[in-house]
Amino acid sequence: MSLLAEMNQKALKLGVPMSVHLDVTYRCNERCVHCYLDHDDHGEMTTAEIKNVLTQLSEAGVFLLTISGGEVFMRRDLFEILEFARGLLFNVKLKTNAVMIREWEAKRIRELGVEQVQISVYSHRPEVHDAITKLPGSLKRTIEGIRLLCSQGVKVAIANVLMAGNSADYAGVIALAKELGVTYSVDPTITPKIDGDRSILQLSVEESMLSQVFHDPALVGDVARFCAPPPPPDDDVMEGYPCSAGHTSCYISPYGEVFPCIAFPLPSGNLRRQRFMDVWRDSAELKQVRSIRAKHLTTCSSCSHVGTCTRCPGLAYMEGSMLGPSSADCQKSFQRTGIPSANMLKKTRASSAGPLIQIQSLAAGQGGSFTGEETVLPA
Amino acid sequence: MPEKYIMRSSAIAARMMGNEMMIMSVKDSTFFTLDPVATAIWQAADGQASLSEIVARKICTEFDVSLETAIRDAERFADELAAHGILLISDQPVRAGQAPQEIQ
Repeated sequence: MSLLAEMNQKALKLGVPMSVHLDVTYRCNERCVHCYLDHDDHGEMTTAEIKNVLTQLSEAGVFLLTISGGEVFMRRDLFEILEFARGLLFNVKLKTNAVMIREWEAKRIRELGVEQVQISVYSHRPEVHDAITKLPGSLKRTIEGIRLLCSQGVKVAIANVLMAGNSADYAGVIALAKELGVTYSVDPTITPKIDGDRSILQLSVEESMLSQVFHDPALVGDVARFCAPPPPPDDDVMEGYPCSAGHTSCYISPYGEVFPCIAFPLPSGNLRRQRFMDVWRDSAELKQVRSIRAKHLTTCSSCSHVGTCTRCPGLAYMEGSMLGPSSADCQKSFQRTGIPSANMLKKTRASSAGPLIQIQSLAAGQGGSFTGEETVLPA
Repeated sequence: MPEKYIMRSSAIAARMMGNEMMIMSVKDSTFFTLDPVATAIWQAADGQASLSEIVARKICTEFDVSLETAIRDAERFADELAAHGILLISDQPVRAGQAPQEIQ
């Protein structure tokens, strides 16, 4: 176990929020087709409010701070916020599309000691990337921003969200990352919009491509190990908690709302009315999230993948229940190992079960038969 | 032997976790945890007090250790952190903003 993982275990034991994701705006200069946010300003926290939140987070023991959006550079006070955060000795990671990064911004990011800048790149081909961001020239400007950051010695990571429209290009993005000298990560998950609209899920990567991605050594390393069947779950697995959301991490929106995670839109408090530690310690919603163990999960607790699945409780919540399965993760487990999840088997059984009411012809057994379907009830 | 003055670098992220200090270098992402003795030295590293003063005032009074042993351990600790650029060592007092090596 790494030293950082050990500290995370200690944070869990002590009830310390080790990491927080803070979105400072939902406004953006791009209009990515898969984005889960709306881009209007419904009353973002002011600079003073954000500084107050950061002070509270520092007092609460938060160490890893991700500042994101929207596009963070849409806020004119971004560097004032970053300077304040670094003054409080947070380990700061910045997420941006880098379109607005020029030499001065890159230099300032380095001076402030930002740990890493994560930048979204969808394709190495402008026609594909720009069609996703809907901002002409965006790939060119993003790459220029990456080069400027690299020239300052800032650590950059390319994040490549895969969807149907760009899934064939990930090898090109890996090559681009190598050429730029930055790290690369891929994410094949499209999340429903924050208002619950699930229509953008139709942009998700095709199942066959998902399987190809999971079996590509360039992405997963040791394929045999990565795609191995899951070991039988032991007691530790069944007593384990699904992920760090609400346990050692949480998400804060530009409006001061607190959620277990950016992908888990369960309102748990608001920092315009409450102190952060009061929300962290006393929120009924966070307590509920923390009470869930793998053994409590409906369907998933009986699934062979329970110990190795990437099940996202937020996606499960948006699908209907924070105790239920997340179909996108079922699909990932299946495409990775070839073994269907308990949820997939349940759905297959439900759809293949015959009609619940059958009327058999009186002529049955007399040289012919007829089965009519009167009514089929939903499973 | 000349006095050593130590000051925390600004090129770090740091936070207490229980009785340990977590420190990460923003230059090379090296992650450290400091035990309570090392944490006490780290917190006193303001560039004004010498290492021997810090050890005498913060360590020998609060931890069961001889001055000689504590100074030897503290110097080794300071050299190790300085090698990663997260602690600055000078032979004279250092004021904030006058650090011998800042983020570059």
